[in-house]
Amino acid sequence: MKIPLSWLRDFVDLPDDVTLLHEILDDLGLVVEGVENVGAGLEDVVVARVEEIHAIEGADRIRRVIVEAGAGPIEIVCGAMNFEVGNHVPLAPVGAVLPGNFEIALRKMRGVTSNGMLCSGKELGLGDDHNGLMLLDGFEGVHPGLPLLELLRVSADVVFDISPEGNRPDAWSVMGVARDLAARFSTTIHDPAQRVSESGGTARASASITAPELCGQLLVAEIRGVVVSDSPSHVVRRLEMAGMRAINNVVDASNYVMLERGQPTHPYDVAHVAGQHIGVRQAQPGEILVTLDGVERELGRPGRGLGDTGVDCVIVDSKDCVIGLAGIMGGASSEIRADTCEVLLEVAYFDPMTIARSSKRLGLRSEASHRFERGVDFNNAHAAMNRFVEVLSWSSPDIEWVRTQHSEGILPELPVVAVSTLEISALLGTDISADEAARLLRFLNCEVTVAGETLSVRVPSSRLDIRSGEAGRADLIEEIARLYSYRRLGRRTPTWTQAGAWSARQNLRRSLRSTSVGMGWLEAWTPSLGSDEDFELTNPLGTKIRITNPLAAEESVFRSSMVIGLARAWSRNQERGNGDVVLFEIGSVAVHPNDAPVKRLARGGNAGVQEVLLPSEHEVMTVVLGRVDDDAVSAVASWRVIAGRLALADTDLVQSTGPAGWHPTRYALIVDASTRAVIGRVGEIDPALMVNVAPKARVGQRLGLLELDIDVVGDSQQVLRRSLTTPVPSKFPAVLFDLALVTPLSVSASTLARSLRAASDVVESVELFDVFSGGNLPPDARSLAFAIRLSARDRTLDEAEVMTARAVLLQAAAGLHAELRGAPLL
Amino acid sequence: MSKPTLDQLEELVAQALSRIEACANGDELTACEAEVHGKRSAFTQLQRSLGELEPEARREAGSTLQSARRRVLDAYARREGVLAEGERQAQYEADRLDLGDVVAAHVRLPLRAGHPGIIATTQATLEDVFVGMGFTIADGPQIETDWYNFEALNIPPAHPARGMWDTFYVELGEPETVLLRTHTSPTQIHLMEEAVANDTLPIHAVMPGRCFRRDTPDARHLAAFHQIEGLVVDEGITFADLAGVIEKFTKEYFGPEITSRLRPAYFPFTEPSAEFEITCTLCRGAGCRTCSQTGWIELGGCGMVDPAVFAAVGIDTSRYSGFAFGFGIDRCAQMRHGIADMRAIADNDVRFLEQFS
Ligand SMILES: [Zn+2]
Repeated sequence: MKIPLSWLRDFVDLPDDVTLLHEILDDLGLVVEGVENVGAGLEDVVVARVEEIHAIEGADRIRRVIVEAGAGPIEIVCGAMNFEVGNHVPLAPVGAVLPGNFEIALRKMRGVTSNGMLCSGKELGLGDDHNGLMLLDGFEGVHPGLPLLELLRVSADVVFDISPEGNRPDAWSVMGVARDLAARFSTTIHDPAQRVSESGGTARASASITAPELCGQLLVAEIRGVVVSDSPSHVVRRLEMAGMRAINNVVDASNYVMLERGQPTHPYDVAHVAGQHIGVRQAQPGEILVTLDGVERELGRPGRGLGDTGVDCVIVDSKDCVIGLAGIMGGASSEIRADTCEVLLEVAYFDPMTIARSSKRLGLRSEASHRFERGVDFNNAHAAMNRFVEVLSWSSPDIEWVRTQHSEGILPELPVVAVSTLEISALLGTDISADEAARLLRFLNCEVTVAGETLSVRVPSSRLDIRSGEAGRADLIEEIARLYSYRRLGRRTPTWTQAGAWSARQNLRRSLRSTSVGMGWLEAWTPSLGSDEDFELTNPLGTKIRITNPLAAEESVFRSSMVIGLARAWSRNQERGNGDVVLFEIGSVAVHPNDAPVKRLARGGNAGVQEVLLPSEHEVMTVVLGRVDDDAVSAVASWRVIAGRLALADTDLVQSTGPAGWHPTRYALIVDASTRAVIGRVGEIDPALMVNVAPKARVGQRLGLLELDIDVVGDSQQVLRRSLTTPVPSKFPAVLFDLALVTPLSVSASTLARSLRAASDVVESVELFDVFSGGNLPPDARSLAFAIRLSARDRTLDEAEVMTARAVLLQAAAGLHAELRGAPLL
Repeated sequence: MSKPTLDQLEELVAQALSRIEACANGDELTACEAEVHGKRSAFTQLQRSLGELEPEARREAGSTLQSARRRVLDAYARREGVLAEGERQAQYEADRLDLGDVVAAHVRLPLRAGHPGIIATTQATLEDVFVGMGFTIADGPQIETDWYNFEALNIPPAHPARGMWDTFYVELGEPETVLLRTHTSPTQIHLMEEAVANDTLPIHAVMPGRCFRRDTPDARHLAAFHQIEGLVVDEGITFADLAGVIEKFTKEYFGPEITSRLRPAYFPFTEPSAEFEITCTLCRGAGCRTCSQTGWIELGGCGMVDPAVFAAVGIDTSRYSGFAFGFGIDRCAQMRHGIADMRAIADNDVRFLEQFS
């Protein structure tokens, strides 16, 4: 909220140093978003009377004007058209510096010299009116040469734009901010309000509450003899500086009081309130109200929001007709008009949560609801009413405050909270004496009694955010710390015995990332939310995890795969001529509970008492290999590098039909050789998808794909690691030979290799180096050529041993129906 | 060929259909298109001859002709689909590759430097700093219930404080029950619940991860962003410890000449709460446009764990106290690398990705 310094000074004496005040407000948690110097730069502006107006030849947008500003005629070139000879207007002479650091210089236009500038309200920072010059004729005592600030009876002011924290009901008022400043400067608050008395005449109005839990109290003042007019200029100016628009003296007085004291009030035109009765009750389901903004609203029905009870609190007249939405907005029927002469002023306390729910459900927020939903100071109601009458009397002096009707509901209890200096130290780590704590809290209107080291604090009605019991104690200690200043609190670097450590998952991610980077890949970042269409490309039968309130249709479904997102990222780069890359991402995907084999349940709902079915999330690493020669083959080779780096014991590729989005005949599941757990997938993107996903890719471009389920990889029960016991390589010469084995298509190369490796303990390694099919080979087989390396730890193998080993290998191969092709090279 | 007549229509349809079915591939099909239903077809000739009929008869004959032609067109489209599918399958078969037989040594790939992502490296650096300070690292889910994201953090349903976080809700269960987490704080609740269940207090952990806010992306925010959260629950922990940890982190991560300070703030899950600011890393405190001439920039929020939060997870406050803090990983990355527009991160331009190490 915007607060002029002059208004704060009505309540508390403050130094002139604006930078210091800014810093102190920040340190009090009243964060200053901006500081505006209003009226600065107007010191040199004077009143000028228009003497002559002449056209300038060849120019129809500007005119030559002669003005008198007390020291003889001055020639000015002016573009405004809204004045005539005899009008009084503001003149900024040459050398003046207007708001916005705009310096007025001597200018020559079309051969005419302009010795200054005639100004609009906007140019002077005095309003939004930019349609022409600011006309000053109506002001009392206007004469040429008079300084403008003197004429307007304003002095330069500073406006702090304060953004109070959400919990502070008091900080939404000048008085509340002044109270905090008084505490910091150890000074007292003085209330500028004058006491006004009720006349005590015969009352005609009445007030009633029939929903005591929604409305804690209702005061209705009956005010007669009102003359609706504009507000005095200083009221208008304050409202405008605070960012509100002046409307008429009655509405302005209400707003003035709200800004000053944080108590919203609502004035009604008596003539349009049946029976002069203001009642508060709960809205009936389906009741209709047309609010001041002209919108017809249906009340009393629960909305979609969690915890919404559908309770609205309304203001009714004697006929039980709804004339306002309590605490949020009045109805159109009873608003103040030009001919209003009697006013009913409603000053109430409404239940904060009721207002909060209604205003959220109806999407209707107002300055009033903002304050009510934080809890207004109910002990401040009568003072607010008094101030309203006083402010209104400045422009309507003959008003009569006849009487105030009072109706009671249920007001919140003001808790009494005990807090000891020990508890203060235990929470803050800084010692603050009982007397100091008590002194600080009293600035907030807390009633404090000190007994030894313990304070007993009655929470003031201005701070309904302070809770009772243990939580209230924390609240009070925060208030003590805040007023004491956080910057004065101690600092200590704590130590504990637990060692810092990365989780196993962190380490796994780091391994995956470093291996990927080591292979020359680039890590990308794709959105978790995508379109229906993209979801369906890889998961046509899956249930979508749909966002209820997406910002855009393209971001309305939580991804179940990162393949499409990454492929599109590759495509964007390819279109920029940078497609010769591999992109990878480590991120989360999710499965709808309908499709998840294992249900994830968590507590949720109102008070957390429900068991809520949640999507199951999986961390995956997805790789799109998009270099010129990339395909499923390079994806497989890359996977082997990763498997080696992660020291996985043994894995198989299980040839299978590619799922949606993947190439159907170039696809394999990666499984752990022992547990058969599926670790991931390897293959290529379905070429049929390229038109959609990468429309500018060259014909024949393949995108290799690799996807790893990090949750599975990270589970050492499912994916076995190599033994930590590491044999030292043999120092004796190894024997190398190749075996080309004609192997049935049904036997995988890795199965055969594994069997060869296990056949004899002198086998050091078995490496596939060539695959050949066709020729005179049977159609259901291919030749797999392995490089075999034999060695023993303690000796050089002799020829007999090698021949034996070779025979054992061939025997193992035969067990898988693989037979030697051609002559061995020994 | 003699001119076809209307009474031969059924026969003509049958001829066209068998012609279509006889096509063995897409090229053959395209080749016969004009003859079976195009401009050289019997249907077109019959159409022309309709002009000779009386209006009433013309209408009737026209509609008969039309439906006959429709049958042929449908058959054509069907055959087209079948053949295309067959060709695709044939293509897939030609492409077939046994991935088990891949010879790794045959793969020859260009040499090129890889680069980790900017968020990942920033996160890793932050993790390293915190591990060095004695923290462990925990993860949590991105899709949560309102209990973990809000209520256990002392933000009950319909409470105005929920408005502090613009939330994406998921269409599951009761409205506003399942959501995309708006901060990493729900992971705190999980950690505390587990520690209470397994009797493994104290906790000294940081929790990094992706979060979501329903905010239109701009130069400073993306709808998805990354946060790191810290939680310490132990005996004798005070606000002074919080301030000390923040200061130590600030110096370790940003450098010895950067310092931190706290000012009052409001978060429902901490009391007292604070916003923490650090020396502006651009002007080193002298004042510049980025820090609005104050010499300070806001980094994150922190505070002492609110008693209501401890109550929600069942931690004994007579024995334990604690603090929590959180800030944006993206923001740290943006500051460190001087990235003018955060949307560049989601664009994944190679020229951008290659900048980070
Ligand atoms: Zn700076």
